[in-house]
Amino acid sequence: MTATAEPEVGKARLRKEDARLITGRTRWTDNITLPGMLHLAVLRSPMAHARIVSIDTSAARDMPGVVAVLTATDLDPDGEIGMPCAWPITPDMRHPRRPVLAATEVNFAGEGVAVVAARSAAEAEDALEHIEVEYEDLPVVLDMEAALAEGAPLVHEDLGTNRSALWVFDSGEAGTGGDVEQAISDAEVKLTRRFRQQRLIPAFMEPRSTVVDPTGPQLTVWSSTQIPHILRVMTAMTLGVPEHKLRVVAPDVGGGFGGKIAVLPEEMMAALVARKLGKPVKWTESRSDAMLTAHHGRDQIQDITISATRDGMVTGLKVDLLADMGAYLGLVGPGVPLLGAFMFNAIYKIPAYRFACTNVFTNKTLTDAYRGAGRPEATFAIERMMDELAAELGMDPLELREKNWIRHDEFPFTTVAGLTYDSGNYEAATERAKQLFDYDGLRREQQARRASNDPVQLGIGISTYTEMCGLAPSRVLGSLAYGAGGWESASIRMLPTGKVEVVTGSSAHGQGHETAWSQIVADQLGVPFEDIEVLHGDTQFSPKGMDTYGSRSLAVGGTALVLAARRVLDKAKPVAAHMLECSVDDMEFTGGKFTVQGTDQSVGIQDVALAVFAAHDLPDGYEASLDSDATFDPENFSYPHGTHLCATEVDTETGRVSIRSYVCVDDVGKVVNPLIVEGQIHGGLAQGIAQALYEEAVHDESGTLTTGTFADYYLPSAADMPTFVTDRTETPSTTNPLGVKGVGEAGTIASTPAVVNSVIDAVRHMGVDDIEMPCSPMRVWQAIQGGAR
Amino acid sequence: MIPTQFDYVAPATVDDAVRELADAGDDGKVIAGGQSLLPVLRMRLAAPAKVIDIGRIPELRGIRDDGDAIVIGAMTTHYEVQRDPLVREHALLIATATDTVADPQVRHRGTFGGSIAHADPAGDLLAPALAMDAVMVVAGMDGRRSVPASEFFVDYFTTSMNPAELLVEVRVPKYTGWHAHYEKFHRVAQSWSMVGVAAMVRTDGGTIAEARIGLTNMAAVPVRARAVEQALVGQAATAENIKAAAEHAANGTSPASDGNADGEYRSHLARVLTGRALSAAIG
Repeated sequence: MTATAEPEVGKARLRKEDARLITGRTRWTDNITLPGMLHLAVLRSPMAHARIVSIDTSAARDMPGVVAVLTATDLDPDGEIGMPCAWPITPDMRHPRRPVLAATEVNFAGEGVAVVAARSAAEAEDALEHIEVEYEDLPVVLDMEAALAEGAPLVHEDLGTNRSALWVFDSGEAGTGGDVEQAISDAEVKLTRRFRQQRLIPAFMEPRSTVVDPTGPQLTVWSSTQIPHILRVMTAMTLGVPEHKLRVVAPDVGGGFGGKIAVLPEEMMAALVARKLGKPVKWTESRSDAMLTAHHGRDQIQDITISATRDGMVTGLKVDLLADMGAYLGLVGPGVPLLGAFMFNAIYKIPAYRFACTNVFTNKTLTDAYRGAGRPEATFAIERMMDELAAELGMDPLELREKNWIRHDEFPFTTVAGLTYDSGNYEAATERAKQLFDYDGLRREQQARRASNDPVQLGIGISTYTEMCGLAPSRVLGSLAYGAGGWESASIRMLPTGKVEVVTGSSAHGQGHETAWSQIVADQLGVPFEDIEVLHGDTQFSPKGMDTYGSRSLAVGGTALVLAARRVLDKAKPVAAHMLECSVDDMEFTGGKFTVQGTDQSVGIQDVALAVFAAHDLPDGYEASLDSDATFDPENFSYPHGTHLCATEVDTETGRVSIRSYVCVDDVGKVVNPLIVEGQIHGGLAQGIAQALYEEAVHDESGTLTTGTFADYYLPSAADMPTFVTDRTETPSTTNPLGVKGVGEAGTIASTPAVVNSVIDAVRHMGVDDIEMPCSPMRVWQAIQGGAR
Repeated sequence: MIPTQFDYVAPATVDDAVRELADAGDDGKVIAGGQSLLPVLRMRLAAPAKVIDIGRIPELRGIRDDGDAIVIGAMTTHYEVQRDPLVREHALLIATATDTVADPQVRHRGTFGGSIAHADPAGDLLAPALAMDAVMVVAGMDGRRSVPASEFFVDYFTTSMNPAELLVEVRVPKYTGWHAHYEKFHRVAQSWSMVGVAAMVRTDGGTIAEARIGLTNMAAVPVRARAVEQALVGQAATAENIKAAAEHAANGTSPASDGNADGEYRSHLARVLTGRALSAAIG
């Protein structure tokens, strides 16, 4: 075997998994059919808040093909099962029990009330229409501020309040900065703004699905989930099934965006029904149910005060949040605002900071992680405030940022929120972005259009973001009362023929792990890319893992892979030395070959694998295996950053916003596969732009979701997106040996404020200083009308 | 997302289709391209006992020249309409409106007649049909009758066809040499019109000799912007005259409000878009 000339890491390889994912010729959960399998359909409450007076299932039971119609009384007669929440952010957090099926009360429209098991999915669906439920209306509370008002109707009567928790960080108290109240009262300039983070629907491509097989030695659960390992632990704890009697499989999963970081009542329901009936069951939701019942994202009200000196030095930042939890707490929902708590100060040297978040119950679908989870909200608020402050001070918004950001020679830098940013170069990314964007030229055009009163005005929006990702150091998670750690695991198995099986605990759902992981291992072991198979998502062969979210897979899971590969080499080395009849100390390893230093005598790693398999002639006492495991727990997050510049044209006659150009220069450290990075950036931008301009989950006054289909929930398509100009600077992360930073959420985090800042910038001279998201044509037009008045 | 059970028939002739419809009474539903009906069935917003597929009736497909009119078969797909030279030459307004319908996949399945018969007020082909005084030919048990567009659209998703009638073809008078443009305003590429303006003018020298304008989604049915039409006739085709005339676009309408657009904004859009449609048409 000749030495590999070109490293795999850095190559823009096409993704090896794409052919099967794109054609759908693969094993999605809904493609799994087992002998004797029954189909489940869930009857859902049309009411947002009501007492269940009675449920009559008798007519449904008589429908063709129906095997059982079950309610809470059948599945959980003692009312003991509650869906887990893994992030009790405060010791006194109020955490109402969320049942598998509602027993006595429904608390949001879409909550499950009964389940039909039938021989076909169609028969199950038909039978739903014959279940009679009598509801007694209860008062509905939908708005967070109304929910906190004196005498408000209560989502959960027994809690006595709609407030779930209050979480506070204060730099003065933490010793990471000054007293914010003092800073504000001393300030030469202060600004207060209220921003609304509208509710969003994750809208993953593959609706959720689960198959449970109770036959055989283990209870086997297939699910379209991001978190097979966490699901196994949580199912064991929730249902009392011994963990070793549970196998969880996430086969190919069609997207998640955080929407599948969940332990579903439907998963628990399917397990209970399967055990009760002794047959395999399948539940696959409709798109409508996915829109209605899969957790939503964002939904915060942000009250922000920023203080500064006249010459533009920020002196303090105060953040008061209300975060809508919906009717119950999701798996990590209460902690989502906390992931933003450390990010409001962003890339700026702010001397005093206070963050307070109140989590609130309302009669709506619960909220939880959605791409960026807490960090987009924070980034939006600070980047909007920087633009508003620049306008107030009459400064160029880029100049204001530059005045306040951490300079590249100041890293590592401990922020006012207590995080230590290991590396970054905001100057370089910004300079490159300005060039690509023609910042100065566009500013001149903007002036000309204003001067000529052009009906189409030009705006320039800026977002100089950073984010914390690569979740996460376990100690940090522990200090925030999160229920688990943040390590990741990897195993590498050398097969006798020299092929390699890589097992990762990070379960991909579209990210391209199979390709990127193969590239990493190919370089580490010097074996061909094609000889590597990456396995994930089945607790039977991948028993350990922390799964995929928070842009963690590469920085944490990729590092575990490197550590495991090093161990393989450590194990192979004595065998190679033995084969070459030399001392271990004389060996060097490059390009897949062990070579005796200063000679041309060598043996390839794949030949060593065969020798170890045969085991005929190994060093004395050698344990005949090259297989290696590793677990990596980072000491710090990774901190991608970048500068995004967006030019929008605002048609002042109609309010329509068109993105004319979008430039982003991201620094995600070392890049394993530029094509995958580019794809993540593009998708992330689209999702962030969608929040700025298009998407919003809306409930009517009775709590009914009125944007429950793609006809009224405006998910943009490629046709709505501009051509993105992307580039990168490369400041390697020092928090992992690969030098990589997460990229899965960066585009989403950065782009929303860039777009909204741009829209405001286009019409600021018309008296507009804010427009609520999404900046729909009507809202923009109305803002212009209001500004003109 | 599974419809209720229904019987499915695919008749080979218009007569057979009409007979199936008559037999089904109120429980029958015609499926053309399925782009509107299938979502309705899957969401169980309708539960017909019988679905009559008219996709296998050759007579319903195609576009032909019939002297002073072109005739578009009800089952002609949007894609076929878009690419038909007769439509471009004599009914440019329909061609430009069809260009804006949904996306290529939908345009390959969805049909001109299906869109007209569905009578969605946000549908883009209703206003052109009205502006052009198209005539719908419908078949029933007693034979065929012709209904002018002005009498065809009755209310939201409601036409003057009775349940046992089938839309067979649409006769569109020729407007050869007219300038035409359909101006659509919507949120994302594939969403329905918030407001649409179908505008068509005949010029004589630099003067507007005739104008025909239909509005999409300004009422439960498509409406003509007659005040604009009248204001334009005899005027020089200048930007100022167009703008002044377009100010009358929302006259007499009282558009509905929804999350995307309240009535005031819709009326404003109608005025702005009418001006733009006219300017684009005249070029």
